[in-house]
Amino acid sequence: MENPKTPALAPDSDRMIVNLGPSHPATHGTLRIMLELEGEFIQKATPEIGYLHRGVEKLGESLSYHQFIPLTDRLNYCSSMMNNVGYTLAVEKLLDIQDPIRSQVIRVLVSELARIGDHIICIGVNAVDIGAFTVFLYLFRQRETVYDLFEMASGQRMHTSFTRIGGIMRDLPPEFVPLCETFLGDMERTIDEMEALLTRNPIWVDRTKGVGKISPEDAVNWGYTGPCLRAAGVAQDLRKAQPYLGYETYDFDIPIGTSGDVYDRYLVRTEEMRQSLRIVRQALAKLKEIGPGPVIVDDYKIALPPKEKVYTRMESLIHHFKLVMHGIDMPVGEVYSATEAANGELGYYLVSDGGKSPYRIHVRPPCYPIFSSFGEQVKGRLIADAVAILGAMNIIAGELDR
Amino acid sequence: MIIEHIEAQLPSAILDRHAFRGDQTLVIAREHFEEVVNLVYMEGLQLLLDITAVDWFQRDPRFDVVYHLLNLANQERLRLKVRVNEQEALPSLVSRYKAADWFEREVFDMFGIPFEGHPCLERLLMWRDFPGYPLRKDFPLDGGDSFCGDVGVSFAAHAKSLNVE
Repeated sequence: MENPKTPALAPDSDRMIVNLGPSHPATHGTLRIMLELEGEFIQKATPEIGYLHRGVEKLGESLSYHQFIPLTDRLNYCSSMMNNVGYTLAVEKLLDIQDPIRSQVIRVLVSELARIGDHIICIGVNAVDIGAFTVFLYLFRQRETVYDLFEMASGQRMHTSFTRIGGIMRDLPPEFVPLCETFLGDMERTIDEMEALLTRNPIWVDRTKGVGKISPEDAVNWGYTGPCLRAAGVAQDLRKAQPYLGYETYDFDIPIGTSGDVYDRYLVRTEEMRQSLRIVRQALAKLKEIGPGPVIVDDYKIALPPKEKVYTRMESLIHHFKLVMHGIDMPVGEVYSATEAANGELGYYLVSDGGKSPYRIHVRPPCYPIFSSFGEQVKGRLIADAVAILGAMNIIAGELDR
Repeated sequence: MIIEHIEAQLPSAILDRHAFRGDQTLVIAREHFEEVVNLVYMEGLQLLLDITAVDWFQRDPRFDVVYHLLNLANQERLRLKVRVNEQEALPSLVSRYKAADWFEREVFDMFGIPFEGHPCLERLLMWRDFPGYPLRKDFPLDGGDSFCGDVGVSFAAHAKSLNVE
């Protein structure tokens, strides 16, 4: 195999090439950036991606709609829950069905926990890259609780595969709620501690303020979504703008920044974590209010019948067999369904020809267009700034390369 | 709304339209594509969310190139589709939407659809001398033998001899 291209330099050039990655600890997964330096300043940055390309979209064309769910875990592996939810919502849009209310609330609950987990990673790792190690440890202690909660809910810490088409895998276990309530208090304290360590810390402010500035027009033009777009001052959040899963019934605010720099992205993410805690609290109250009930649609042509029925009733056994062997009876058509994931708009584009597996499945990863602007963001800046900007973009190689 | 504007100003551009599950879709004639994009940009659909393609390999023209756009002011979404055949180029949107840069490179990488006027149309996810276009329907799921044949064979032979022992 030919070596990846290196930028050609003029023979008498003063420029030096610094290779960042693919396995540099500060690159967050396997991606490579070739930096052309003049003195200490970056003149050109050429990102090279694809090291984690697994052909998810190609694989999806030969898997059934249900079998694709585990692959969505591996897109943004820091917040698998939200990928599961986004994908099942897309399939449900194609089927034109809605999951039961209890499932909707649980989906919101785990999505917001995943959002907190994702922001913890983003801020924690960004801080480590800049040299603030304590914050990382404080935050990651809370992330463990988030993963404990996911383990309780789905049996898995990272690759949750929690949702099913038409609902979720199972109801939350009774021990989930007490731990979640403890987490709400602990996390709030941790955010305060984190803010005490960072928000007014002169080193942090020096390293992040004005770094990676972007105007709202440019951010939109580059296809930014999520915290990076909101930090630039555009109040676009799909949970408010195009509510799904009943987000319009929750009380929460959308934080926005002014300059779009790394500091603003940090502030926006911090406030989003607080807002997510608010949503989680409301979701827990809602669950109590709703009481026990079904968490998956009662249609055996879409969701598997319960095991007792499969073992005791002929009809359920047939449904089980048909669903596993032939899949769901899908309408012919195409849908694009978008949800507000931790990084921005996570879109799934499904094309169905009525078969067992999708004819085409495409994922719109939020950090892909954001990362494409990296070259322009770091132009004329120092390598240290490049690392700060890279961290604040929250590039997750799993969803970047798919 | 936006569709009426396009219909009024460029009546011959729209080949087909549908709204399945509330997703507004327009199929645009290739020769009018640039004008339509300019129009929708002026109408406020300024966030280009996604570009991808679908391979209908028995159809003529073979590919659908699919654009998803969003209007941030009124949250209107629009899907534009253009049909192209193999080797037929589409105008690049990089001068309009910077987000198009990597999306177009990915479509080129995965389907082999060229974009005219793109500043650096190279493979993005696959390496530069990768043979074939992976997301085309005639590309084998396991990658085929075309580029890693001898590697696969030697692995298989090795595994077999291990099993026999």
